[in-house]
Amino acid sequence: MEEKLTLFKNRKRFGIEKNIDLIFKNTTLALSSFVAIVLFGIILVVFFQSFESFSRYGLNFLVTSEWNPVKDEYGAFTAIYGTLVTSLLSLLITIPLGVGTAIFITEDFVPKFVREIVGSFVELLAAIPSVVLGLWAIFVMEPFFREFFVFLHKFFGWIPLFSSEPAGRNSLLAIIILVVMLLPIVTSIARDSLNQVPKKLRNASYGIGASRWKTIFSVILPAALSGIMAGVLLALGRAMGETMAVTMIIGNSNVFSWSLLSPGYTISSMLANQFGEADGSQVSSLFYAAFVLMILSLVVNIFAQWLVKKFSLKY
Amino acid sequence: MIMNSLYYQKKLSRNVGDKFFTSLSVFCALIAILPLIFVVTYILIKGGAQITPELFTLEPNPPGDDLDAGGINPALIGTLVITTIASIIAIPVGVGGGIYLAEYSNGGPFSKFIRFGVNVLAGVPSIIAGVFIYALIVSTKILFGSMYSGFAGGMALSILMLPTVIKTTDEGLKLVPNELRYASLGIGASMYTTILKITLPTAFRSIATGVVLGIARAAGETAPLIFTALFSYYYIVGFEDLFYEMGSLAVLIYNFALEPYDAQNKLAWAASFILVISILTVNIFSRIFAAFTEKTKRV
Repeated sequence: MEEKLTLFKNRKRFGIEKNIDLIFKNTTLALSSFVAIVLFGIILVVFFQSFESFSRYGLNFLVTSEWNPVKDEYGAFTAIYGTLVTSLLSLLITIPLGVGTAIFITEDFVPKFVREIVGSFVELLAAIPSVVLGLWAIFVMEPFFREFFVFLHKFFGWIPLFSSEPAGRNSLLAIIILVVMLLPIVTSIARDSLNQVPKKLRNASYGIGASRWKTIFSVILPAALSGIMAGVLLALGRAMGETMAVTMIIGNSNVFSWSLLSPGYTISSMLANQFGEADGSQVSSLFYAAFVLMILSLVVNIFAQWLVKKFSLKY
Repeated sequence: MIMNSLYYQKKLSRNVGDKFFTSLSVFCALIAILPLIFVVTYILIKGGAQITPELFTLEPNPPGDDLDAGGINPALIGTLVITTIASIIAIPVGVGGGIYLAEYSNGGPFSKFIRFGVNVLAGVPSIIAGVFIYALIVSTKILFGSMYSGFAGGMALSILMLPTVIKTTDEGLKLVPNELRYASLGIGASMYTTILKITLPTAFRSIATGVVLGIARAAGETAPLIFTALFSYYYIVGFEDLFYEMGSLAVLIYNFALEPYDAQNKLAWAASFILVISILTVNIFSRIFAAFTEKTKRV
């Protein structure tokens, strides 16, 4: 009896085992801090590379649209305007479409397997690389919409947005392809937040005699609003940073125009186009533009996360 | 007459409104699935028609020479090489970081900050990752004096993969029931034995699914590669080719879609066919796999 007790008592961990444990823990700690290092590294590197251009042009860079490597004059207004306009307008189209689709998936208009198929189709759309969507946009979408743009210009040309003669690639096509890319994001996040609304809210609403859509508009959508808003902001961040499909279809022109039917520019398409061949102070100016893009998307992203944290799980 | 109010009345404004909004929502769903159907159909038809055995073995010809565009072998191998490099960097770092977040951290400010950082990094535009690597590696020629290289491209892609890998590891490990950990620690196993022998194997399936989806996503990324790995028309023959310009399917599609020549455009469609089919296959299979594991877990 005595012997057995000592057997249990004396079992201690070897020093080497303790050390391995400690090393393992600290390795994982170091690996997880790598995320922070990369994030700060990106911000610092892009900032310092843009310093030369920043000190020369200051904030004027943001409001002038001269971009002339020969005269060494740089201003990114056209690109910044293009980034904001394409992302905001595409979001404006995507929100009703995406939320409508999410409602279709979460309500029981049709049998469950049909809804599941629609849901996974939309999610598979997110898996298609954007360069492939760009290829498709160039060869299929652009010819398809050509007549429509001519019509648009003919009848709505008095609106500044449609005031130029449509010729090939333009900002409106970029907006349309962005809608295709944002739809899966908005739809899947809206679907998740609609699914999280408790069933009792719906039953209570039906119980006092509200119709299905009265329930959706007055009970379910308001309850899911914060989640949907966060999804919309994430989609906005994605839209601003989206590069390939937009670069391939927007026309890449630094001439400022109010019209969506003329070729435009976004910050990311400017980077994609010029970075490989740039030298001298053009590189610094491109880094400046990249810095602006990064700040824009960081602000949107952080705001989205704050929104999720602040308003999630109310019910 | 009063009994009528018990029956469904078609013309009541609430019923008309309901019908209207229901059809609107069906319409939205139809529009939402149209792009996928159109894109996939066009790629199957236009890209599928270009698939020949030579496509997989030949180098692409420089545009403008002749009507024969050649094949996409260097780009295909390049995509595999660059994605492999990215995985070799991102998977150990991501899984390790995820282990710390899920197993060691106790919800303190550090882990909160790292989780926040993961989400922010996931939202950084992909072209910024390319810009960062360009400044860090390409313009400084830090890698044995080489500028544009497949290695730099792989590093840029790994930045994009990292948040996905950490997130799936973190979430996968959190799903492992605590009883397993208690049991393992209770019989005297140390923390790292518990993690390596018990929790990681239990969460392996969900982590693997997430990582594979992350790799598939990275394989189609173009923006970080156009000025880190650039493009190459030549076969990849040896290890030292890692430190020179390297082609990839995604950049090939971008470059050749913008060429005015029909032969190059066709090559871009063929490359899209291969890229999309492999990405969709991986996605569909991992989806089925995930659904299958969910079912077996419940039993």
